[in-house]
Amino acid sequence: MRLLCHNMLQCHIKGVVNGYPLKIEAEKVETRETDYEPDFLRHIFPRIQWDALREAAAAMGVDDLPESVSEEMLEDESFLKQFHHALLEVHLEQGALVCPETGRKFVVSDGIPNLLLREDEC
Amino acid sequence: MRLKELESLMQDIAPFEEPKVELEQYPTGPHIAARMLYTVANSFDEFDGQTVIDLGCGTAMLSIGAAMLGAQHVLGVDLDDDALRIAQQNVDEYEEALPIDFLRCDVRQVALQGRLKADTVVMNPPFGTRRKGTHTQSVNQPHNSTVCAGADMEFLRAAFQLSRNSVYSLHKSSTREFIQRLAERELRATSAEVLAQLRYDLPASYKFHKQKSKDIEVDLWRFEVPPQTDS
Repeated sequence: MRLLCHNMLQCHIKGVVNGYPLKIEAEKVETRETDYEPDFLRHIFPRIQWDALREAAAAMGVDDLPESVSEEMLEDESFLKQFHHALLEVHLEQGALVCPETGRKFVVSDGIPNLLLREDEC
Repeated sequence: MRLKELESLMQDIAPFEEPKVELEQYPTGPHIAARMLYTVANSFDEFDGQTVIDLGCGTAMLSIGAAMLGAQHVLGVDLDDDALRIAQQNVDEYEEALPIDFLRCDVRQVALQGRLKADTVVMNPPFGTRRKGTHTQSVNQPHNSTVCAGADMEFLRAAFQLSRNSVYSLHKSSTREFIQRLAERELRATSAEVLAQLRYDLPASYKFHKQKSKDIEVDLWRFEVPPQTDS
């Protein structure tokens, strides 16, 4: 699972209000090189919750993302490369996504998060 | 990529090992998958540079096709662990890292993921013709028995939640009027159009199929979702 995917996920258990962002418990992280596409990064940037990405990246051992960002930084190649790396090249292979409100753990196994709810959760 | 190349690419993708009847796991035929993907890419240019969700991805045939046609990120969503395992293996067959992630989630719950969105949603949903409760398995495992009559409608509702722009889907031609009404009245589609009628060569995957295989008519639909109000 890439952090682009993580950025869009929340705890969807019935009644949970603050289920975002899910905290990452990383057991195994892999890095895989991907083509750098600045146009796509500019396309996706407005939808990214920056604080969630930054926190998730730090949990995966990538701690060089700036604290705050702006549209102008999308012209800065060194920033775009950091963004690209955190968003698309770092994969959570084993671990869990943890709901910040309830502590419910969604297991990530072989890179695939399991977001199936139990019957009493939905 | 040409249609023929696309079709042969699709032929190389492994299908379900043991299709599950309660989930209506019919594999998408290479021909029909190729036609669908080709149309999205060439007639509407809705893969290149875009994000995609493949809802009910099964063994990831459409996900892989979308990635090959320029999608920058594809998320394959499925309920079934076994299908996702094969899907991941299918993706790992490729030397280059394809931009595909998978998520195990129930189609009825995925719409509660309010932030989960992609530019384009593609899907080949179950046709919703097998009824719930026909197998003891489904009674004991409620979460593995989501497919019942009307499953195709649940998929369509979820797809509208997940898409920013458009939804491409396959539905039995016999349900055409119903789908049209659902899309326009309930889901407020900006447009709902049948792009092509295709023949779905349904192999006799299950024991209850008497004939060897059966052609059924399916429609390739394109829906434009109503403008979003979210951030």
